[in-house]
Amino acid sequence: MKEIRLKAPVQPEDLAKLEAGMVVYLDGVLYTGREGLYRRVLDEGLGPPVELAAVSNVNFHCSPAAAVRPDGSYQVGAVTATASFRFSKWMSRWFDVSGCRMIIGKGGMSEEDYRQHFVPNGAVYLTTVGYGTGALLGRGIKRVRSVHWLEELGIAQAMWIFEVEAFGPFLVDGDLKGNSLFEIENRKVNAKLTDAYAGLKEPALRRYGETTSRRDEVI
Amino acid sequence: MSGPRLIAASAIEDVAFELTRQAAIVIPKDYSDGIKAMLETEENELSKFVLKAMVENWEAAETDRRAMCADTGLPRFYVKAGNEAMVEGGFVALEKALRRAVARATSEVPLRPNRVHPLSRADHNNNVGIRAPEIDYSFEPEADWLDLTTVHKGGLFGTDYRMLFPGDGLDGIKKFFLDVLVQFGRRGLACQPAIIGIGLGGSKDTAMTIGKQAACLRIVGDRNPDPKIAALEAELKALGNSIGMGPMGFVGTSMVVDCHIEVAHTHTGGMPMSVHAFCLSSRRAVARLRAGGKVEYRTDPAWFTSYHRREGVE
Repeated sequence: MKEIRLKAPVQPEDLAKLEAGMVVYLDGVLYTGREGLYRRVLDEGLGPPVELAAVSNVNFHCSPAAAVRPDGSYQVGAVTATASFRFSKWMSRWFDVSGCRMIIGKGGMSEEDYRQHFVPNGAVYLTTVGYGTGALLGRGIKRVRSVHWLEELGIAQAMWIFEVEAFGPFLVDGDLKGNSLFEIENRKVNAKLTDAYAGLKEPALRRYGETTSRRDEVI
Repeated sequence: MSGPRLIAASAIEDVAFELTRQAAIVIPKDYSDGIKAMLETEENELSKFVLKAMVENWEAAETDRRAMCADTGLPRFYVKAGNEAMVEGGFVALEKALRRAVARATSEVPLRPNRVHPLSRADHNNNVGIRAPEIDYSFEPEADWLDLTTVHKGGLFGTDYRMLFPGDGLDGIKKFFLDVLVQFGRRGLACQPAIIGIGLGGSKDTAMTIGKQAACLRIVGDRNPDPKIAALEAELKALGNSIGMGPMGFVGTSMVVDCHIEVAHTHTGGMPMSVHAFCLSSRRAVARLRAGGKVEYRTDPAWFTSYHRREGVE
């Protein structure tokens, strides 16, 4: 498997090198942000707590297992991403407001999201591995630069700004061509799915559901 | 009051704290051995890469003494009390000790303060709240010890319930089992390979409860003592690994590290079934406390004793 180490904030020429399925490690600065941050900035119209473009263009969908020590310093233990598909409705506006060019999260978004929101903004998506390699990622965090909206959003949803080194591993899910590793793999899995169910009869009582096709994802 | 036959409440709090820390940091050996065995047979490059990363992650967690996953789940306890066991201050003191231990471990390990009110989303920042941590009980005859098990299961994906009917038979069971693995296995949302627990029968809540306990309280390699159920466990494990899906939903053969089935007598017209996935961070830790302060730590909860699965009147 191809492996690459990138500096954060990320540069467009580096992002162009990424292909779905590559292994990535990061050095530099990134920030965490998920629904709490998106709601405040995008839905409630509050200004971001820092000038994002000046800090980093890498947004990690993450809640650290962290604590604030009595002296006000921070203890960060493990770090793991949260499932990103829930945030797709905010992505286009987030890229506009923040200048973000790389999302790191869990499980990716749909190929359609990548083509509609990511590719036009020159942004890529990296997924954590496993999930989650919380201890390995915790090791990669060298310093908490600052924490914003801790009181308003709590430890899990606050915006943490991390200085990182050899931070990873991550896998490229969405590249600048609009490919999704997960959907490439889904299509291969789907091709054999009928075999797994071969010969099993349908149960007597059906269920309500939004999809009855096993080829569909439920996200 | 304390005495030679009493298990001290302070000891319970200390042990519960230690268990909470152990569970968050140290992967149980049965589970990591199961994953390492899957690494031997997995042929897909991406799936192998994921399994290797998980093994490295567990090593990093133990070396650094940090939580293996930042979603440290929902800490809860299973208490198995010997019929002769006596707790200083009674079981109210035990429950207070467990709540204090969780609050302390949340800031000291640290754990992520995952527990929020379901409507207001207010977070006490200590993983304690209404019915949190959950405490479940079981009893054991002719014993004077107290077994304390903590489980920190992640929350969102990998569990489902369905009311099947007797006529649906084994086909219905297999089909629903596959449905759950496929729907939550995509993109690896179930954090597989997982220990899959299945609850069959009982009333609906029992089906959910025993299925979850089958996933969280039985170790990799354990088999149900009923040979027919044991055979079904082996068959479903093989079926799950033959879907063609592996870790993170990539192509692979590593989906089910083991499958455990628990049953309960049920309504003659129905066959309720639940499926639960205990993830790549299968956090469980166990200790036996005895009067006089002796404590033995282990990772096998030994929850499903023959008394626990008893069938007759007496």
